[in-house]
Amino acid sequence: MALAETSPKGRRKSSPFTRFLIKAGKTVMAISVTMLGLLFMTFVIGRVMPVDPVLSIVGERASQEMYDAEFIKLGLDKPIVVQFFYYIRDVVTGNFGISLRTGFPVWNDIVRVFPATMELATIGTILGVLIGVPLGVLAAVKRGTWIDQIARVVALIGYSMPVFWIGLIGLLVLYGMLGWIGGPGRLDVFNEDIIPPVTGMILIDSALARDWFIFKDALSHIILPASLLGYYSLAYISRMTRSFMLEQLSSEYITTARVKGMSERAVIWKHAFGNIKVQLITVIALSYAGLLEGSVLTEIIFSWPGIGSYITTSLLSADMNAVMGGTVVVGLVFVLLNVFAELLYKFFDPRAK
Amino acid sequence: MNAFRSAILGAAVALAAGVTTVPAMAETPANMLVIANRIDDITTMDPAQSFEFAGSDVSHNIYSKLVNFDPADLDAGYGPDLAASWTVSEDGRSITFTMREGVLFASGNPVTAADAEYSLRRAIILNKTPSFILSQFGFTPENVEETIVADGNTLTITTDQRYATSFVLNCLTATIGGIVDSKVVMEHEVDGDMGNEWLRTHTAGSGAYVLTSWKPNESVTLTANPNWYGGEVAMQRVVVRHVQESSTQRLMLERGDIDVARNLSPEDVAGIREADGLVVDSELRGRLMYMSMNQKNEILSNPKVVEAMKYLIDYEGMQDSFLNGQYVIHQAFLPATYLGAIDDTPYHLDIEKAKALLAEAGYPDGFEVNLVVREAQERIDIAQSLQNTMAQAGITINITVGTAKQILGEYRARTHDIYLGAWGPDYPDPNTNAGTFAYNPDNSDEAGATGLLAWRNAWAIPEMSNETLAAVIENDRDTRAAMYEALQREHQQVSPFAIMFQKIEQTGRAENVQGLSLGGAITAVSYWNVTK
Repeated sequence: MALAETSPKGRRKSSPFTRFLIKAGKTVMAISVTMLGLLFMTFVIGRVMPVDPVLSIVGERASQEMYDAEFIKLGLDKPIVVQFFYYIRDVVTGNFGISLRTGFPVWNDIVRVFPATMELATIGTILGVLIGVPLGVLAAVKRGTWIDQIARVVALIGYSMPVFWIGLIGLLVLYGMLGWIGGPGRLDVFNEDIIPPVTGMILIDSALARDWFIFKDALSHIILPASLLGYYSLAYISRMTRSFMLEQLSSEYITTARVKGMSERAVIWKHAFGNIKVQLITVIALSYAGLLEGSVLTEIIFSWPGIGSYITTSLLSADMNAVMGGTVVVGLVFVLLNVFAELLYKFFDPRAK
Repeated sequence: MNAFRSAILGAAVALAAGVTTVPAMAETPANMLVIANRIDDITTMDPAQSFEFAGSDVSHNIYSKLVNFDPADLDAGYGPDLAASWTVSEDGRSITFTMREGVLFASGNPVTAADAEYSLRRAIILNKTPSFILSQFGFTPENVEETIVADGNTLTITTDQRYATSFVLNCLTATIGGIVDSKVVMEHEVDGDMGNEWLRTHTAGSGAYVLTSWKPNESVTLTANPNWYGGEVAMQRVVVRHVQESSTQRLMLERGDIDVARNLSPEDVAGIREADGLVVDSELRGRLMYMSMNQKNEILSNPKVVEAMKYLIDYEGMQDSFLNGQYVIHQAFLPATYLGAIDDTPYHLDIEKAKALLAEAGYPDGFEVNLVVREAQERIDIAQSLQNTMAQAGITINITVGTAKQILGEYRARTHDIYLGAWGPDYPDPNTNAGTFAYNPDNSDEAGATGLLAWRNAWAIPEMSNETLAAVIENDRDTRAAMYEALQREHQQVSPFAIMFQKIEQTGRAENVQGLSLGGAITAVSYWNVTK
């Protein structure tokens, strides 16, 4: 990729700044086109869903006049193209409409629920990377041995164990029987509303407020759900790391390095691992983005007020504004994470330098 | 393999050691009540608009009304709240309330007859979904200045005709009867919305509690109102935490992190019955589960067929299996605990009798018919049970499962054969159900009375409609109750409605929590009598 972009000999080189502008412009264009496609999809889905947004606002017992008044208020009497245009205009200005279910602007709801998911997903991903990457490398290096087998079993269990089951068992044992960790929810009930929200992530907010009691409470609540998500991403990351590493380790340059008498540690970490960093970043970014969508089952079992359960319950109560708003935000996060991962390649890809 | 085995063994030993040293239970603070409930249906806190269960629960503890139920004695019916007394005019159209003296809102403003006037007028003018509870007495945005009038310490409301006083007062105990602090609300009026937007997320009442925080889908926190005329409450804070999963609610209750769990599955209820320090309460709720037969269908309009089908329902079987702990058998249109409710259960599963009735009707080999039902598990289970028992008498039931919109659309358009679904009363007066199950003055398609269940099933009942109307204006409470009893017995025999079950709610509670009333079938939960 990087090679293809260098200009051929003889042509005048454009200044680095112009190149940066062109590149940035391309990125912005790509994001815009993707987002427009996403908006189109959400709009279409919102319109073809067999739910009646008016009915879900006014309720089953409402009179025809109330129904009609709400119908016009929602702009449903306008042509569909006009409705789509309004939709784009609203989304661009950050107006996702009012959530029928909560009665709050969807944007406010998302600002409230997204940090909860982000906190969970971030810790989950950190755990997944810290354990999954070394495990994958180890499994590749010790290929075929019992270490590799155990790593395989650990990953398979992580993949295949239903999260509601393992979550409930975890709660039952660690919370219900042993009392080692906090229960469902982000804090004990009587600790709620004490820390003023700054980022919405309680661990960060309580640390900012230097309230270590709340911090500890939040930690005891987040540890189990985050570990479950971490386990899930660990499974994925370790398997991918292993296969990337195997591919490198069977390459000739590794044999060369070994023949040259390089230490095994340098061969593995400097040469082989150095070359899989870029692929690994893609995998981690995708896995992180996946967790940021919100793990619905985990959130429901742990009463975690995150974006996954927000979108799901909205969907179940025919609250299309909230569903569409949530989907757009999740989509945006996905796109931005991809852009961010591409930026990271620059630092880790030796060819990009 | 050996390593694996010893790892498992080690884990088991560690687990066993851990389990035997169960740490002390956590405990909620002594002046705080913590409840786990599903509260994702709350959309507004405005009493003029709120019409959902969880919303009514909050509103009931924040807004005092003119008249209200005593949570310690729900059977006594309504009694004085902000109105200390009332008189009825001779023509029976006007009720004059005398306000209780010296009552303050949470803001410190005095509660006056003018506030009551403002609140009731506001409910009519805003014309939100529950407004029919009041507008059925003839109040309109145009006439409220004459029909709802404060004068000094009294408030007089004048209805368009004579109604049973108990009917009017029962309706005033509904959420929409909540009295708001007119000064505070007007301060927050935007574009003539009478504070509707502000009251969605704030409260301005004179009840036992004030709203401190509401996070949708997460929690509602109430704090004691120091100005409440009822005195100091034991529970200074009440937190209702949204917990979706029954098993999670049970765990939290067992750990002592919550005091009350309100959505427990039958398995978890059974578990809690065994646990030390926890008890299970069962309380009847207002929701009825019923099956109705469209009288536009020629076969189903045969009274013998209707009767036969009522004998083809396995009431006991369902109650004792998949509905155990969630529904109990109830076969009349007024839920138990309503004025005039009866507990007659004339029908039971009797295949032979049904076969004989079908033969008399001219269908000895049965027939084929469609049944529509919403995609809710318990309803589908009931539909399948019906399909099974009816097949034993030769009736083939084709079940169509659809979304609420599809099924309701078909029901309102009267294109169904059999509808299976639930009905919840809208306000705590028997007319709420009588006026829909046993009232259909004009059965024509043009009438379009989609709100009436009798119309939806094309059941023409001019005479019974008159009986229902007569019960609405009967002023003597006992005579009125007797009228509803007679009406229901007739309805049980002749109507195309097979009413089957009444909802029951099972609540897990820590033993030390006393005095919690969930409100039965007629009203909402009350926290102010709770001690622990």
